[in-house]
Amino acid sequence: MTTADALLPPTPSQTVGPFYGYALPFPGGPDIAPAGHVGALTVHGVVLDGRGAPVPDALLEIWGPGPDGRVPATTGTFRRDETHGGFLGRHPGEFTGFGRVATDREGRWAVRTLRPGTRGSAAPYLGVCLFARGLLHHLFTRVYFPDDTTAHADDPLLASLPARRRATLIARAEPGSSYRFDIRLQGEDETVFLEFR
Amino acid sequence: MTPTQHDIDVEIAAAHEAYRKRLAGGAAPEHHPDRAYAPYRSTALRHPGQPLIPVPAQRDPEAVELFAPAFGESDVTEHDNDLTLQHPGTPLGERITVEGRLLDRRGRPVRGQLVEIWQANAAGRYAHQRDRHPAPLDPNFSGVGRTLTDEAGRWRFTTVKPGAYPWRNHTNAWRPAHIHFSVFGTAFTRRLVTQMYFPDDPLFPHDPILQSVTDDDARQRLVATYDHGLSRSEWSLGYRWNIVLDGPGATWAEEGDAQ
Repeated sequence: MTTADALLPPTPSQTVGPFYGYALPFPGGPDIAPAGHVGALTVHGVVLDGRGAPVPDALLEIWGPGPDGRVPATTGTFRRDETHGGFLGRHPGEFTGFGRVATDREGRWAVRTLRPGTRGSAAPYLGVCLFARGLLHHLFTRVYFPDDTTAHADDPLLASLPARRRATLIARAEPGSSYRFDIRLQGEDETVFLEFR
Repeated sequence: MTPTQHDIDVEIAAAHEAYRKRLAGGAAPEHHPDRAYAPYRSTALRHPGQPLIPVPAQRDPEAVELFAPAFGESDVTEHDNDLTLQHPGTPLGERITVEGRLLDRRGRPVRGQLVEIWQANAAGRYAHQRDRHPAPLDPNFSGVGRTLTDEAGRWRFTTVKPGAYPWRNHTNAWRPAHIHFSVFGTAFTRRLVTQMYFPDDPLFPHDPILQSVTDDDARQRLVATYDHGLSRSEWSLGYRWNIVLDGPGATWAEEGDAQ
C-alpha cells in the first residue's frame, strides 16, 4: 500500500500573469471544429470579476469529446511550420477537441467547436480551464447545453447543486447554433468552479 | 493609497503566521496558493467566494477532464526550445539552459506532453505591447518557447536569464527573475501554469506572488537549482528544475489508491 507520504509533493501553481498574450494564444486556437463542419457551434461569453467588470486578461482552455463521446487522440492542435518557425494552423479536417482563447479588452471570448457527446453518467458538456492575471491557481468549470434537460436530471454534478448554482453551468441558447456562457469569478451568481479529486 | 513594500511585507508575514497556526492545529500542508491572497492585490475581485465543488474521479471515471489533449511531433519544431535561435542575431544576456523532468506524484515520467514557456528579456522587459517598463526591448529575443517531454519525461530549454522588473502591486514593487511555465499532463485535471525562479534572489521575501505559496517547502519547489554539471564550458550556465503534476487521472484508482 502506498501512503500519501510516499507521494512526491506537487509543484505549486502561480498566476499566468498579464503577459502571456504573445506566448499562449495561437492562430486557430478558438477554431476547434474542423473548417466548414456543418455541425459546428459557437460558444461564447464574457468573463466578469467580483464587481461585474470584464476581465480583459483571462485565458480559457476548452476540452471536450467528439460528438460520438470519444476523447480525441488526434495531435496537431499547435501544428508548427518547420520552414519559418511559426504556426501552421490545425489540419482543417481534424478535430483534436482542444482549444485556447484569450479574452479581449471587453472580457469577451468565443470558440467554435463540435457538440460534445455523452460520456459515462454525465450529460454532455465542455470542460473549461480558466487562467487570469490575479488568479493564482486556475479554475475548472463546465459548459452544459440547455437542450439536454433530461440528461441534466441524471448528471451527478448538476444533480448535486441547488437550482440557482446549477444554472451557472448551463449555456443559454441563441439563434444559429450559438450558445452564451458567461463566467462570473465572484459575487452574485458566481459560476460554479470544480475541484477534481 | 498605494501600499508600500513595508505594508505588503507585513501582510505576507501575517499570512505565513496564519498558515503556521493552521499547520500546528493539524491542518494538511497547502501545496498551492490560496486564490484569495490579499498581498497580491489583483486577487481581490478575481477569486471565487464560494467553495469549489468536489468532483470525485471515482464517481465519474469517464469524465473528459480525466483525459488530456494529445500532442505530437507536428506540434513543435526543432528550434522551438532554443529561445536564442529565433531571430537573425543573438539575444543579449546571460545564456542559460534550464532542464528537468516532468513527473507525476509517484515519480513516474510524464511523456510526450507539451511544455510552453515565456519570459522577460535580460533587461526585464517582455516583448508585449502592454509592458511599459522603460527597459530596452531586444530585437533578437521574443522570450517564447515550447517543447515536448521525452520518454523519460525530460524537457530542456536554451534561453537567456530574464531580468527582474517592476509592477504596480504596490510602490516600488519588483518581481524576482522568473520564467513562466505552462504544462500539460495525462489528464486535463493535472494542468499546471506556474513560474520558475532562480536561486538566492534577494527579491523573494518581498514578492507577494511567490510568497502566496505560504508553505516553505512548497515555495522552495518553485526555485531552480544551479547545476554546474549542466553548465557548458565557455557557453552557458545550467539550471535544473523538476515539475511534479497534481490531480486525478483516468488511471488514478488503478495506480494503487484504492488498495
